[in-house]
Amino acid sequence: MLIIDCPYCGPRPELEFAHGGQAHVVRPADPAAASDDDWLQYLYLRDNTRGVFAERWRHARGCGRFFNALRDTTTDQFLATYRAGEQPPAVPRDRP
Amino acid sequence: MQKFSAWSLIREAFGGHRGWTTQWRRAAPKPGYDAVIVGGGGHGLGAAYYLAAEHGLTNIAVVEKGWIGGGNTGRNTTILRSNYLFDESARLYDHALKMWRDLSQVLNYNVMYSPRGVLMLAHTVHDIQVIGRHIHANRGNGVDNEWLTPEQAKAFCPILNIERNIRYPVLGAALQRRGGTARHDTVAWGYARAADALGVDIIENCEVTGIRRDSRGAVEGLETTRGPIRTRKVGVAASGHTSVVLGYAGIRLPLESYPLQALVSEPVKPLMPCVVMSNTIHAYMSQSDKGELVIGAGTDAYNSYTQRGALHINMHTLEAICELFPMVRRLKMLRNWGGIVDCTPDRSPIIARTEVPGLYVNCGWGTGGFKATPGSAHLFAWTIAHDEPHPINAPFTIERFRDGLLIDEAAAAAVAH
Amino acid sequence: MSRFRTTRGGRIDRSRPVRFRFDGRDYEGFAGDTLAAALLASGVHLLGRSFKYHRPRGILAAGAEEPNALVTVVRDAARRTPNLRATQIEVYEGLVAESQNRWPSLALDVGAVNGLFAAFLPAGFYNKTFMWPRSAWHALYEPRIRAAAGLGVAPGLPDPDRYAQRYAHCDVLVVGAGPAGLAAAAGAASAGARVILCDEQHEFGGSLLAERGATIDAMAAADWIVAQHAALASNPRVTLLPRTTAFGYFPHNNVGLCERITDHLARPPAALPRERLWQVRAREVIFATGAIERPLVFPGNDRPGVMLASAARSYLNRYGVQVGSRAVVLAGSDAAYAAALDLAAGGVAIALIADVREPGRAQGPAATAARDAGLAVETSMTALGTSGRRRVSGVHLGRVGNDGSIRPAASLRCDVLLMSGGYTPSVHLHSQSRGKLEFDAAFGAFVPGTAAERTRCAGGVRATHTLGAALEDGAAAGVAAALAATGHAAAAHRYAARLPEARLEGTPGALPQPAGAVPPAKAFVDFQNDVTTRDLALARREGFESIEHIKRYTTTGMATDQGKTSGLNALGFVAAESERRIPEVGLTTYRMPYTPVTFGSFAGVARGELFDPLRKTPSHDWVVAQGGVFEDVGQWKRTRYFPLGGESLRAAVDRECLAVRQHVGMFDASTLGKIEVVGRDAATFLNRLYVNNWSTLAPGRARYGILLRDDGFVYDDGVVARLAEDRFHVTTTTGGAARVFGMMEDYIQTEWTDLSVWITSTTEQWAVIALQGPRARDVLAGLVSGVDLSPAALPHMAVAHGRICGVPMMLFRVSFSGELGFEINVPADYGAETWAAIHAAGQAHRITPYGTEAMHVLRAEKGYIIVGQDTDGTMTPDDAGVAWAIGKAKSDFVGKRGLARAALRRPDRKQLVGLATVDPGVVLEEGAQVVATPGQAVPLQMIGHVTSSYHSPVLGRSIALAAIVGGRARTGQTLYVPMPGADIPVQVTPPVFYDRDGARLNA
Repeated sequence: MLIIDCPYCGPRPELEFAHGGQAHVVRPADPAAASDDDWLQYLYLRDNTRGVFAERWRHARGCGRFFNALRDTTTDQFLATYRAGEQPPAVPRDRP
Repeated sequence: MQKFSAWSLIREAFGGHRGWTTQWRRAAPKPGYDAVIVGGGGHGLGAAYYLAAEHGLTNIAVVEKGWIGGGNTGRNTTILRSNYLFDESARLYDHALKMWRDLSQVLNYNVMYSPRGVLMLAHTVHDIQVIGRHIHANRGNGVDNEWLTPEQAKAFCPILNIERNIRYPVLGAALQRRGGTARHDTVAWGYARAADALGVDIIENCEVTGIRRDSRGAVEGLETTRGPIRTRKVGVAASGHTSVVLGYAGIRLPLESYPLQALVSEPVKPLMPCVVMSNTIHAYMSQSDKGELVIGAGTDAYNSYTQRGALHINMHTLEAICELFPMVRRLKMLRNWGGIVDCTPDRSPIIARTEVPGLYVNCGWGTGGFKATPGSAHLFAWTIAHDEPHPINAPFTIERFRDGLLIDEAAAAAVAH
Repeated sequence: MSRFRTTRGGRIDRSRPVRFRFDGRDYEGFAGDTLAAALLASGVHLLGRSFKYHRPRGILAAGAEEPNALVTVVRDAARRTPNLRATQIEVYEGLVAESQNRWPSLALDVGAVNGLFAAFLPAGFYNKTFMWPRSAWHALYEPRIRAAAGLGVAPGLPDPDRYAQRYAHCDVLVVGAGPAGLAAAAGAASAGARVILCDEQHEFGGSLLAERGATIDAMAAADWIVAQHAALASNPRVTLLPRTTAFGYFPHNNVGLCERITDHLARPPAALPRERLWQVRAREVIFATGAIERPLVFPGNDRPGVMLASAARSYLNRYGVQVGSRAVVLAGSDAAYAAALDLAAGGVAIALIADVREPGRAQGPAATAARDAGLAVETSMTALGTSGRRRVSGVHLGRVGNDGSIRPAASLRCDVLLMSGGYTPSVHLHSQSRGKLEFDAAFGAFVPGTAAERTRCAGGVRATHTLGAALEDGAAAGVAAALAATGHAAAAHRYAARLPEARLEGTPGALPQPAGAVPPAKAFVDFQNDVTTRDLALARREGFESIEHIKRYTTTGMATDQGKTSGLNALGFVAAESERRIPEVGLTTYRMPYTPVTFGSFAGVARGELFDPLRKTPSHDWVVAQGGVFEDVGQWKRTRYFPLGGESLRAAVDRECLAVRQHVGMFDASTLGKIEVVGRDAATFLNRLYVNNWSTLAPGRARYGILLRDDGFVYDDGVVARLAEDRFHVTTTTGGAARVFGMMEDYIQTEWTDLSVWITSTTEQWAVIALQGPRARDVLAGLVSGVDLSPAALPHMAVAHGRICGVPMMLFRVSFSGELGFEINVPADYGAETWAAIHAAGQAHRITPYGTEAMHVLRAEKGYIIVGQDTDGTMTPDDAGVAWAIGKAKSDFVGKRGLARAALRRPDRKQLVGLATVDPGVVLEEGAQVVATPGQAVPLQMIGHVTSSYHSPVLGRSIALAAIVGGRARTGQTLYVPMPGADIPVQVTPPVFYDRDGARLNA
């Protein structure tokens, strides 16, 4: 069970959270102007990164907030968590 | 190819089994091939075999980043069934199930197809409705599936708990008698041996690191850790790593890779004659030929490539198993492992061409790819050979997500399939 | 008295004899014995049969690594525990154990006939045969293979024992309480850290428990353990967990421990659970997991009496048991010498120490000590075979010449053959944590490399050679971990330890055999799974080169011991055969659990009612008293129907339906999801989310809302009431409450952060009682105050606030039955009494409580859909016949763009229609398929399916809803529902069967 550092509550066990998929997927501002391909991108296409992945979590059984995290999907180690709407922090190249 | 039979086994026994030869060559990559399959699991090896056996393409290779059969082929719970809801799915999985029946003979390799029957339990009125719809749809598609009362289910699987006082009592079950199990490793090895005999190069420890494309954008080769390989056709069957491989061609797919765990008990004497699945309380179990209870459930919650999951997932699974089969509570978990499953939004696979000419993909099998192995491989080979899908896999495109033509088995089977 | 028990010494309690039974014979041992020790003391060496060939097997080891001596312990019929290692079972008065995998008896096992056919059963034999005829595998061969396979027998009754679970946090978790682990725990505790120390054995001390003559800080080792234990036990910040196996490492320093609480007790107190599963979250973890001695691989190395040298030493020094009277010792590491010296001192004749190494490598201090003690030592030896049937009686030795040639050297008589192939560090947990492993070529094993998480290794697991080094390593790890966890520094204690150095390195693989000769017997690598060097060689011959392939092909390392004694020897053998270095062959992944863990421990208390939280509605107790029948809907218990006087489901439902249509019925609708949406932008938010136009909904009015996903498919539905300009009360389906709430939060928090809106789940706050039927207003009139119930003041889809029986109430005039209807919302705590009050007041109006089944019939008569039953994940609002709800003027809502895709607008989509069977008495099966023409052959051209189907008592006929391709255009057509034996003709109708103009609704 992962320990996830909620930016609002601090570190809590994974059971308190719901995973929210890839972060920074933005709903097109004018859906009517979006093509079917644009809509496919928004609805379903995901990076599915092997490595550092920006993802969303919701502290569903805590404060209820959505937030973002950078996690290495090859080790499950978190590099950072940050609030929704914020840009991901830079990841040091020589990270452990 | 050395013929396997009881007679050859007896003959070799008298020679101390020194006469057996390698089941497949340890091929090194040639500069070029007519087609290359990326991924040495059952789906990829099988596709290579059918390309060679049915489409005459023998100058082909399978490249595998580790050892063949080491991905989900060797990590699943070996359940076979075809009682899927939608017509498209039923046709696809039943194509596979029919091929399982003859696979040992076709490959001359005992894959231990055992039609022990698969019971899917109903615990709620809603389950009964869903299962009823499956049974009727399956009958219309010529797929066997029948309704059993709790008492009939217990007669079929005597260790099943049908007491009414448990939290989610068993209200009945669907039984597919042709469903069952097979031996996972042998599928990879059997296809590898048969493909090798037809001239296919099976190249292990060879990871793809890039996809070369020509000025039109079409595939012209692969970069690998063992050097470049020229080829005009690349079929990707890399399960959990599909997104990574297709990313080399700039393709994003509607896929997310999750950890999926399974576990076995210590071996015990025969206890369970069939496979039992419960989507509602999230668990399934069968017993292997060796006597181990083979148990699985749903995926972990987050994308990961670590091939491991959390303890609480196993706890939840075993809660359900102990509730359904209270006499196994004293048995012990021997081994737990994880795989990486690639899931699509509708939990149905993709077997299709991509937007890049010469690049084909077979992915998105989620938690249920093993059962489809021969059918998937067969249809993927067809698709690569003809540069168009076989009618059975024609609905399983990438474009269905753009067009909204989902084959939503996710709605039909919430967890495991 | 037991023949092989020494007269004194050891850690057993000779004042407490215990009687036990093995395979029907009574034996005696002492408190502190393991079953293995007590049987050895009685001269019993044959304990089991192997998996495949049913070969007689004895005791190889003295701990968790034991591959052979598996038994079933029987307390009663329900408490049979198969596959326990005799080397770990603590004997107690009355213990009953049975051997396994043999018939009719351990001594005369018919299955041993497999051994005669062994030549035909090499690794993977089943891949090559049993294929003809095609169906014979399942029908003929497989059942026989299954019957032969398996080890113990599972209990035939549910396990009555209880299992507990605990979470725990600590600064430093120390796994293993040998010298390094004790030093680590002491070191961490000295820095003030909160420490948990666990060990799989019942007493702390690890390898020290089997030592004679060791001293630490001028104390005898046994006294040091006592002192160390006492110091730790008195520290309130330290938790000590004996009999507790750390079985699994999970990400972020989450370690699973299994504590065995009652298995060692003769009469377990009923209050105690059998086991307790701990989930420990540690800031820092120290693996002081030690090392395991490896067997040597040579022909006949599996006979009972062939034993690890360390095990023989442990039985002697710890349990006071001589494992034999005359021993030959095969030394592949110096550890064998230490055993030989102890056994010789303990009265066992040492016929020879046959060192399998060259003279130059057999010169350590232990070898010198053995020579000084007058023990015979030969070097450059190898073992060519053993003799004996159910117990070893002799060993055939060979001598390896300088040129590598081997010639027979001696055949020695012995009743025990000890061996030491070197030690394998127990890197399991370190590896599970994804820590790197490095091959230490000099030591001949993998040792821990870089850690992947906040873990460190200490002591024997790092291949330390001396007691002093292990203690120092442990102490240093303890203070370092405490510093990392707490920031508090402490100085590592410097231990003064004295114990003869015994170098533990060895060479994994098989002992050399004469070239070309067919060995007289099998040389076992994996004892339990009967994997021999021949099997490994065959796998290589057939092209299996990766160790993962070899493991899977031969099953080496896949038995219940998971390769603890066999893994490295298999690697060494394959490496030598293929002229590679061991690391090039690879290493199979370590997986949890370290040793097998009871399913019950994982499941814990989650059984029966505690399996899943159970949610009850306010009427629950009343319904129970009335004899109502419940159904499970998610975690809720909902009343399905109220049978009276032994009524059938059908009779009860018919009666309940008619009561609603003719008089009045009451229904507990509290499970509906309820979300309060509040704020300046509440209407804008709902406009963006739901398909409907909420701007035109006046306060005090309600509307049926539909929620889509952004792909355009129906996700949820429910009535939404506007309580005020800035306040909405949204209802959802019972199953959809949580996910709709999550979806709302998602859009509010991450997409539309410009909106000023808050949401609150109020599902649990409101009890909802639906009152439906022509007399509903009459029932209500006498109970409520502050509300004008007249149709003009409170028309259909209106909301009012008032009181009922003095309780604040929110009253909805809504109907899911098509009758005049109200939904009375009161604070949940008043639900039960309000329910009772309405029921009492309704008596005068023939009020009838009804359940979900009648509710379904009533709504189907009106063509109201149930999301999840009449829709699945692929239906649009138009498919479901509710496109009228879409706000036509809205530029966007969730799902609008998805709906615009061509495939979602095709006319040949499945649309919801009504079906009327031509024979009104036939009720279709839900889920039944629909075809256009009768008499089709399989595969049928299926054009739809029945989503809902009931007998309608008010109409006196069956009704059904169905999703049919192009369904609305087929109204009036006859279609067919193919059933086994017959096609049922049905007519397509509009989906509303009753009161199509809604007169009753608006009454």
